[in-house]
Amino acid sequence: MTMPFDEAEPATAVLDAPAGLAEPTTTRPAGGHAGPLRGPDGPERSPAPKPRHSAGSPSALRLIWIYPDLLSTYGDRGNLIMLARRAALRGIDVEPVGINSDQPVPRQGDVYLLGGGEDLPQVLAARRLVTDGGLAAAASGGAVIFAVCAGYQLVGEVFGGAQGEPVEGLSLLDLRSSRGERRGVGEVVADVDPALGVDRLTGFENHQGVTDVGPGAKPLAQIVLGVGNGDGTEGAYAGRILGTYLHGPALVRNPSLADLLLTWAVGPLPPLPEADEAWTTRLRAERLAAVGA
Amino acid sequence: MSKLPIRARVATTLGGAAGRVSRLTGRGDGSVIGGVVGLRVAPDLLRQLAAGRQIVMVTGTNGKTTTTRLVTSALGSLGQEVATNAYGANMESGLVSALSSAPDAPYAVLEVDERHLPALIKVTNPRAAVLLNLSRDQMDRAAEIWLIARRWREAFAEAPQLHVVANADDPLIAWAAGSASQVTWVAAGQRWHEDSWCCPECGSHLRRDELGWRCGECSLSRPSTRWVLDGDNLIDSAGVVRELGLSLPGRANKSNAVMALAVASLFGADVDQALPELRKVTSVAGRYTTVPRRGRTLKLLLAKNPAGWLEAFDVLDDDRPPVLLAVNAQGPDGKDTSWLWDVDYRVLAGRRVLVTGERRIDLAVRLEADGVPFELVDDVEAAVDAVPPGRLDVIANYTAFQHIRAVVGRSV
Repeated sequence: MTMPFDEAEPATAVLDAPAGLAEPTTTRPAGGHAGPLRGPDGPERSPAPKPRHSAGSPSALRLIWIYPDLLSTYGDRGNLIMLARRAALRGIDVEPVGINSDQPVPRQGDVYLLGGGEDLPQVLAARRLVTDGGLAAAASGGAVIFAVCAGYQLVGEVFGGAQGEPVEGLSLLDLRSSRGERRGVGEVVADVDPALGVDRLTGFENHQGVTDVGPGAKPLAQIVLGVGNGDGTEGAYAGRILGTYLHGPALVRNPSLADLLLTWAVGPLPPLPEADEAWTTRLRAERLAAVGA
Repeated sequence: MSKLPIRARVATTLGGAAGRVSRLTGRGDGSVIGGVVGLRVAPDLLRQLAAGRQIVMVTGTNGKTTTTRLVTSALGSLGQEVATNAYGANMESGLVSALSSAPDAPYAVLEVDERHLPALIKVTNPRAAVLLNLSRDQMDRAAEIWLIARRWREAFAEAPQLHVVANADDPLIAWAAGSASQVTWVAAGQRWHEDSWCCPECGSHLRRDELGWRCGECSLSRPSTRWVLDGDNLIDSAGVVRELGLSLPGRANKSNAVMALAVASLFGADVDQALPELRKVTSVAGRYTTVPRRGRTLKLLLAKNPAGWLEAFDVLDDDRPPVLLAVNAQGPDGKDTSWLWDVDYRVLAGRRVLVTGERRIDLAVRLEADGVPFELVDDVEAAVDAVPPGRLDVIANYTAFQHIRAVVGRSV
């Protein structure tokens, strides 16, 4: 491919990138930016309930980051930042909100994000989300859910706990996970179900899970490199719920997957100007080339 | 040396030779390769080398190498030789290297990899362990930190002779240290909270206020402390307040210094004698050092993980000179660059930012998302040429830092 910038030339980043929008509008804990976002003071501040966001809607697109205090291990904030950025570049107002595990999950979000976590936090998060019920209610109302790694496992029926014991999940996707023999650690390349119109996935995985996707969901992609679900497939989706073992900032290297999620939430989107895609395109090309894909 | 069995003596001699070759050929500091050769010849060597010495282990995610240096300086005020692995070779082989190069030193201050602490406590029977902090770090090769804390807790419970010096402001550290029979609690501060929002004991949300932290559900809370870092001041266990006045920059090093003085006092070191020794430390294994290069002055900072970057930003020059960021993803760095998204780069807005390293495109995408303008450069030399004469701050992760040190001169 043609490199968008000559490396010898100092290339300046896009100055009008919506950095402010990548950051939640709510207050943050003192002394640290990357921390769990303080959520809204309560769900009563939410816009009026609506099944999902529609283009031209007067209210902002609500991106809900679930439990950053438990499920944020590998730069999971990156997915929130990229969704917010790609929406904002298309003129969509965005309201990113972090909901900690001691807060109720609002039911009126448009896109919900679940990240990765260690064994014990994953079990705690599952227990609280089952009790809270907010995420399940949002899912049945048609919200978009993007779940990564530990989050992916816990939107299924069951997953392996700290000692490998079965732990009840949210049952939002028809899949069952357990602990495998070996840890899958490394670069992943996978070809996405053609029905979704998403480019080849590139990312990083670090998990010991094995996941069986049931008839009520479809594998997201076929593995070219890496472990994924453990049977040659990677991730799963059904309706507007999508999960993957590509952890952390999976959407950073996979902008067409980010756009798929946004499209589910707001309808068809125009492509971004080439200048806004240049660095991401270059990163994708570099990472795919690095593993010979 | 004479007290060692003959096999151990042969092994340390071979190991020393390999270390010298490594240093002479410019391959490294010589610490790891020397130890590897020694272990192959005598697997029980470490136990023999450690026997009869007063050993201090220093561990945690960030600050190990610097704190090891500070404890070594503080114990040096006692007037006896101190063995140490000064260059961060912190696994079994590095410890063998350090102890065999100072066979008669009655004290040893050993930086220890956090995953290896339990095994190394068993082998060397240390007198004290300094626990600095735990946060996310190179997770494609490191164990998860809640798991590390649990292993520590088990190891301390089985080592009744061990005195732990622990940072009470880090909940994971406090929970791990809670199983030790003797603990000196230090108020050393914690800037990075992202890995300790929840109680390590029961998982409930932790509450924080000016007084510290406590679990909302169970009884776990911040222990009361005997040594305190208060701004620029140290308050010792007798309540005496002294200004630290370190040469090393940044909040993190003040914290490291208080930990160092607290552990040194266990061995009879006097703060009034030890603190001046700490003030003399100006750089540690090339970190914080200032290097002249073609009319520019480079300040070299190492940052390996999000908490480390947060502390490094704190040390950047207030005059806002250009800053070079260098990120690699080789084995010692972790091959996964996800952590870049846990760092807030917006604090760099208003500075001229240059990026380099094998994963500079990852950095480019990250900075673009944070709205921070940047320039790509091939390496540190290109960065030096790109900026006007004067200051250039450099922040690099592990192998990128070693590469830059090799280019600008290891002697510094």
